Amino acid sequence: MAKLNINGRVHSVQVEPETPLLWVIREQVGLTGTKYGCGVAQCGACSVHINGEVMRSCSTAVGDLKAGDKIITIEGLSPTSSHPVQKAWAAIDVPQCGYCQSGQIMAAAALLRKNPKPTDKDIDEAMTNICRCGTYQRIRTAVHMAAEMPAGGKSAAVNGHKA
Amino acid sequence: MKDISSKTKLSRRAFVVGTTAAAGGGLSLGFHMPADAASARGATANEGAEVNAWVVIKPDDTCMIRIARTEMGQGTRTGLAQLVAEELECDWRRVTTDSVTPGQNLARKRVWGEMGTGGSRGIRTSHDYVRRGGAAARMMLLQAAADQWKVPVGELTVSDGIISHGPSKRTISYGKVAAAAAKLTAPDPKSITLKDPRNWKIAGKAIKRLDTAEKLNGSKIYAIDVKLPGMLCAAIKSCPVFGGTVKSYDEAKIAGRPGIKGVVKVKETGVAVVADTWYRAKSALEALPIVWDDAANAGQSDATIAAHLRDGFDAATNNGDRRNGDAVKSIEGAAKRVEAIYSTPYLAHATMEPMNCIAKISADRAEAWVPSQNSEASLAALSEASGLPLDKCEVYRSDPGGGFGRRGGSQDYVHQAVAIAKNFPNTPVKLIWSREEDMTHDFYRPISQAKMAAGLDEQGNLVGLHVRISGQSINAFANPAAVSGGKDMRQLQGYDVNPGEAQLGYAAPNMLIEYVMRNTHVPVGPWRGVNTNQNAVYMECFMDEVAKAAGKDPLEFRRSLMGNFPKHLAILNAVAEKAGWGQPLPPGVHRGIAQFHGYATYSAAVAEVSVSDAGKLKVHRLVLGVNCGHPVNLDQIAAQCEGSVAFGLTAALYGECPVKDGRMASLNFDTYQIMRLAEMPKVETIIVPTYDFWGGIGEPTIAVVSPAVLNAIHAATGKPVRSLPLKNVKLV
Repeated sequence: MAKLNINGRVHSVQVEPETPLLWVIREQVGLTGTKYGCGVAQCGACSVHINGEVMRSCSTAVGDLKAGDKIITIEGLSPTSSHPVQKAWAAIDVPQCGYCQSGQIMAAAALLRKNPKPTDKDIDEAMTNICRCGTYQRIRTAVHMAAEMPAGGKSAAVNGHKA
Repeated sequence: MKDISSKTKLSRRAFVVGTTAAAGGGLSLGFHMPADAASARGATANEGAEVNAWVVIKPDDTCMIRIARTEMGQGTRTGLAQLVAEELECDWRRVTTDSVTPGQNLARKRVWGEMGTGGSRGIRTSHDYVRRGGAAARMMLLQAAADQWKVPVGELTVSDGIISHGPSKRTISYGKVAAAAAKLTAPDPKSITLKDPRNWKIAGKAIKRLDTAEKLNGSKIYAIDVKLPGMLCAAIKSCPVFGGTVKSYDEAKIAGRPGIKGVVKVKETGVAVVADTWYRAKSALEALPIVWDDAANAGQSDATIAAHLRDGFDAATNNGDRRNGDAVKSIEGAAKRVEAIYSTPYLAHATMEPMNCIAKISADRAEAWVPSQNSEASLAALSEASGLPLDKCEVYRSDPGGGFGRRGGSQDYVHQAVAIAKNFPNTPVKLIWSREEDMTHDFYRPISQAKMAAGLDEQGNLVGLHVRISGQSINAFANPAAVSGGKDMRQLQGYDVNPGEAQLGYAAPNMLIEYVMRNTHVPVGPWRGVNTNQNAVYMECFMDEVAKAAGKDPLEFRRSLMGNFPKHLAILNAVAEKAGWGQPLPPGVHRGIAQFHGYATYSAAVAEVSVSDAGKLKVHRLVLGVNCGHPVNLDQIAAQCEGSVAFGLTAALYGECPVKDGRMASLNFDTYQIMRLAEMPKVETIIVPTYDFWGGIGEPTIAVVSPAVLNAIHAATGKPVRSLPLKNVKLV
């Protein structure tokens, strides 16, 4: 039995301790926004925040988490999809198939938390998730746009994306 | 292939054959109007009035547009809705969409036509009937208002879903007349005059996608996310050596592990473990000792396959060609000869969402939840695998997390899921492939090599061109009926003589382009862009080699061969101008250019790259030009062009699936590398439509990305690159 604080709620789950957090989130807790892509911490589709740090949940065993660790998934990033990253992603129509975008958004949100005004180089280094549809150019533009929005994004002006 | 779409009475056999052939890449170019919507009008589960098959209008004026084609990221849903809405004259802000199921389509005599998306056909082969569907609904809504007001319909106008009668200054919204409109007889679709695309207000614009919001907060449900009451989960391993079978496995070794519900042998070739969760199933499968019978193929490797292909260069006969004059003789007698051998590897699709399918089988009902590019092919597979007739089967759709050609015709994962679920009657079983299984059992982009030869006269004019491609055939593997009399022109995609679909944009007095089939034990299939990708590399990179031998600028040399191909030339000129071809560049930066025609769309690209003294490549910028005839959503075309750069560049930089001991050796993203954001060049897209044809957008521009980059490398280093991927090539 493990107790996990996910999106501010404590869940008690019955799993083997070696089970990756990804599969506990998806199969025991039932939150499916966090995706399986590779299982080996390469693609980043499974990215979540643990105590504010972006982590690849497919390679984080649930038994290695500490009591009190705060896990945030894409569902918990913002109650109304109004995080600046989500707003910028919408303004620029970043997603294509969308499967990797939960992870991309979590990676971008973690980057901006640490580095509110990232340079292109900072974005290159932080955004290592795979997108097979190839939305990288728009991700870069959207990260810059999100950085220009006030935290919380409530009064941010959103401009249309110019291709 | 036969166009089965217009048949109103479908036998199961016709249905299965038709969907299989379509998925195998045959083109259905008949611009049919599906069976009249009126004949299929029936009860709808949705609130609101179904004016016709495409349009349901609710009392609150919400306009639900039905979508049949598959949306897998490329924007088809939004584009098709734009086309319907354009003719419907509804309020775009109130448009929603709904995806019909293949069972509904079949039950209503395929009123929605073809459902699959492949061959970049989502819009280009359905634009006509969806626009007529929107227009017919508009006419019926106006007639209903005219009837209510007892005025001539000709006195009515409509804008944004509000009908106005000028003389009496009355207005009424679509939602108020939809129920009456639904009872009217539909107009003859052929009698409808569609708008001139130059006057479009909704279509042809850069408007936002309709399906973005749920992709931003985790709420979008992909098939892999579907949860059903009592559902079990399955993990599978098939014999890693293609063609091999299961010899034995030791179930006792995983007995007692938590959650295990059973071990199932799947079709002699695979073993699945079924458990309460997928992670438990997968972990148990990894612990399960399996002995495989590798059959005859364990000795196959990159080296044996390369030798087999090379052998094709000396074959006495070919499997299809185009020819004019005598290329061989003209090159032998030429003042200058240029020769080169190119090669490109197998590639995996590596969709982000791995293959998966939920199947629920009972004595008289089969259901499946499938991330499919062609849900009618999924339905056919479900029927075949379950043994139940089509009308006892249904497939529920989820937008695939990437398709790229992997989820169209084969439907292997549907067959497997059904085979497993049959062991658990009335219980939904979700089969998910691990990434390793996905890489081990793809239908790979076929491997090929190309022997290129050209002859130049004293002035550097091209007098002869000879191309011989030796490699695997998609048709021979996936659709053998398409290989007629040993001829298979599909592998020469992009080199067509005829205009329209994939025409070579060059002329030479003597030309021979031929295909020699050299099949292997590796399964192959369509990979986004299919054969245009490698064929563009061969033709466009060699064109630069020949231009260099002729002492001519690559752009000028191409232009000299393109007099008969004004559309190819126009897009080439457009990118050259936009990229500033011939203008000075920063020190160390070099340009390359390429053009190609595929999926009816004309594409061209200019790449800017630098290569460091240590041989490190940096791709700075790509200018992509595209003429797809009728652009439907300018921003989504740009998005597809940007994506095609990432897709094409990933293949150029890293893409290969090495074969060792008869099996694939790259099993995950640590070795099958995918380009990341840091390597993404700046992409600029220019759209130059001519409004006299309809071309695709999901695939065509990939073909020009690699050759433009490779030609820029050639310009930078002075050495042509003739073998991909670049990670294996020493640039300096």
